[in-house]
Amino acid sequence: MSAATSQTTTTRRQIPDRLGTPFKRLLASWEVLLFGVAVVIFIANSLASPYFLDAWNLSDATFNFTEKAMIAFAMALLIIAGEIDLSVAAIIALASTAMGYAAQMGIGAPGLVAIGIGTGLACGAFNGILVAGLKLPSIVVTIGTMSLFRGISYIVLGDQAYGKYPADFAFFGQGYVFWVFSLEFVLFLFMAGLFAVLLHATNFGRQVYVIGNNPLAARFSGIPVERVKFILFLLTGLMSGIAAVCLTSRLGSTRPSIAQGWELEVVTMVVLGGVSILGGAGTIAGVVIAAFVMGLVTFGLGLLNVPGIVMSIFIGLLLIVTIALPILGRRIRNARK
Amino acid sequence: MQRLLKNREILLGLIIVVMIAGFSTRASNFATPGNLATIFNDTSILIILALGQMTVILTKSIDLSVAANLAFTGMAVAMLDAAYPGLPLALLIVIAIGIGAVLGAINGFLVWLLQIPPIVVTLGTLTIYRGMAFVLSGGSWVNAHQMTPDFLGLPRISVMGLPVLSWAAIAIVFLIWFVLTRTPFGRSTYAAGGNPTAAVYAGIDVGRARFLAFVLSGALAGLSGYLWVSRYAVAYVDIAAGFELDSVAANVIGGVSIAGGIGSVTGTVLGALFLGVIKNALPVIGISPFAQMAISGVVIVLAVVFNARAEAKKGRIILRDRAAKESQEVTA
Repeated sequence: MSAATSQTTTTRRQIPDRLGTPFKRLLASWEVLLFGVAVVIFIANSLASPYFLDAWNLSDATFNFTEKAMIAFAMALLIIAGEIDLSVAAIIALASTAMGYAAQMGIGAPGLVAIGIGTGLACGAFNGILVAGLKLPSIVVTIGTMSLFRGISYIVLGDQAYGKYPADFAFFGQGYVFWVFSLEFVLFLFMAGLFAVLLHATNFGRQVYVIGNNPLAARFSGIPVERVKFILFLLTGLMSGIAAVCLTSRLGSTRPSIAQGWELEVVTMVVLGGVSILGGAGTIAGVVIAAFVMGLVTFGLGLLNVPGIVMSIFIGLLLIVTIALPILGRRIRNARK
Repeated sequence: MQRLLKNREILLGLIIVVMIAGFSTRASNFATPGNLATIFNDTSILIILALGQMTVILTKSIDLSVAANLAFTGMAVAMLDAAYPGLPLALLIVIAIGIGAVLGAINGFLVWLLQIPPIVVTLGTLTIYRGMAFVLSGGSWVNAHQMTPDFLGLPRISVMGLPVLSWAAIAIVFLIWFVLTRTPFGRSTYAAGGNPTAAVYAGIDVGRARFLAFVLSGALAGLSGYLWVSRYAVAYVDIAAGFELDSVAANVIGGVSIAGGIGSVTGTVLGALFLGVIKNALPVIGISPFAQMAISGVVIVLAVVFNARAEAKKGRIILRDRAAKESQEVTA
């Protein structure tokens, strides 16, 4: 960003004289605001459609966001550290293609899961080497690898599809752990907890924030900036691999166009969750609530028979508006001073 | 000689010549003037889009919405032409450029006045514009028989051996070359990307330069919208899907720095032609067209690595993280 923002950088890092009471701060936080939005959407949905308030329908609705949200947790860390990965959806395509190819060879469910996750890790490592190792800008690198990973799927599959998966493989995307709670939803909650601890309660998490806020200071403080960034890309690849296992198992088939456009939805989820696109700020709790908000919006619109591409307009607007609002708010506050 | 080889444009030009020579060993008519003219004509729309993209990238921004802009504008003019066959073609082209410029201005406005990172703005408008194309058309197609013969015929009219489409690209190349090197706006785009802080002290409004770059990119995308729809004689929601990446790739290959401030019109045109030659050669040398996406990906990654090497040598690195920090600002 740069000179145009140089006027605002001073205000962005401003520290107020008094913080206000903890309760007041909590009320003013992005997460609480977002939670309010989620509640409003939930009520609006249940008024708009009689089919909304049904345990099984709601359980189905979670599939709208669980896979994306799992990637969003890792992406949140990456964006907080000041990088981005636009290749996540392409990683899903490649991992799914690898699993489909292996399934054709007669490999069983455990092997398929290992292959899916392994492919994700390999793709993440590739991005990590390019960005952290060769110090290239992550945005162009991942635009390139996005084209590369999905391109390999197209080379392998062309206009064909893989559809033969072993029966027990279906459990990962279609299985239920307890009553209406699907394996995916439980996995989503588990990952949310895991990433919340990683980001908010470990040394590694603190390092992620420091790198995002001031990479130069991070280096002077002895933080291994490159290693942390590499691990973050690896994590993003890993989560994309897990998402690929869930999605492939749920759909039971693989096409090269699988998960097309998901990178946008994942980034939207992260930004909607209050993670600063400039890096250095954000929480996992925010991303979790954002996942619910997006899931509820798409599910509600789906119940109202809104076509998918029109929903994407809402997602795009949501992305821009949620970023614009805090900026406008800050400007109005500053103007009043 | 060594200095000659280090010149990006000449090196890229040589690579393209070698590629063409190599392909013509497999297919003897590949290097004929007629086929080369066809390749240029096929690449015309990419050249036009890439030059708009270049102006935006020079100011340290990126425009991922160009292909969606193209799809919306193309759909809009095709529907206008189908609904009101009496409208003069010149008016339709002006409308296309106008709609494109307005969509570009929306991007520019969000980047300039709200200072939202360009990547986020254009990722958002990418889906919004394509969604609008769906809302506008209701998902239906505009087919060749619905459009007027004039509307469809213009890009195909041959003038001095080349179709109008090619001449349009050539005209845009000279226009952008003139704008970037001979006007205050052009110089300000380089300054805004090269060193924004210095640009502000030199009295250049960086935000305004970015805004105008987005408007220019949008206007060219709008023009491309008409050219695309008339050339392929069909308009539907998904036309040119993913083409924004090709326009970025042409720039990266052409040596335009993604960090802004560095790049030449010649380089970008050669970058686009590089992709065009590969695209046309794949069927000739018997590689599945499905491989094209992966090849673009490899080329983008290689070009980024190559650019980073070239740029790193330009300045003395005082602290190693400088470069990383700058690249991060682009990400942001």
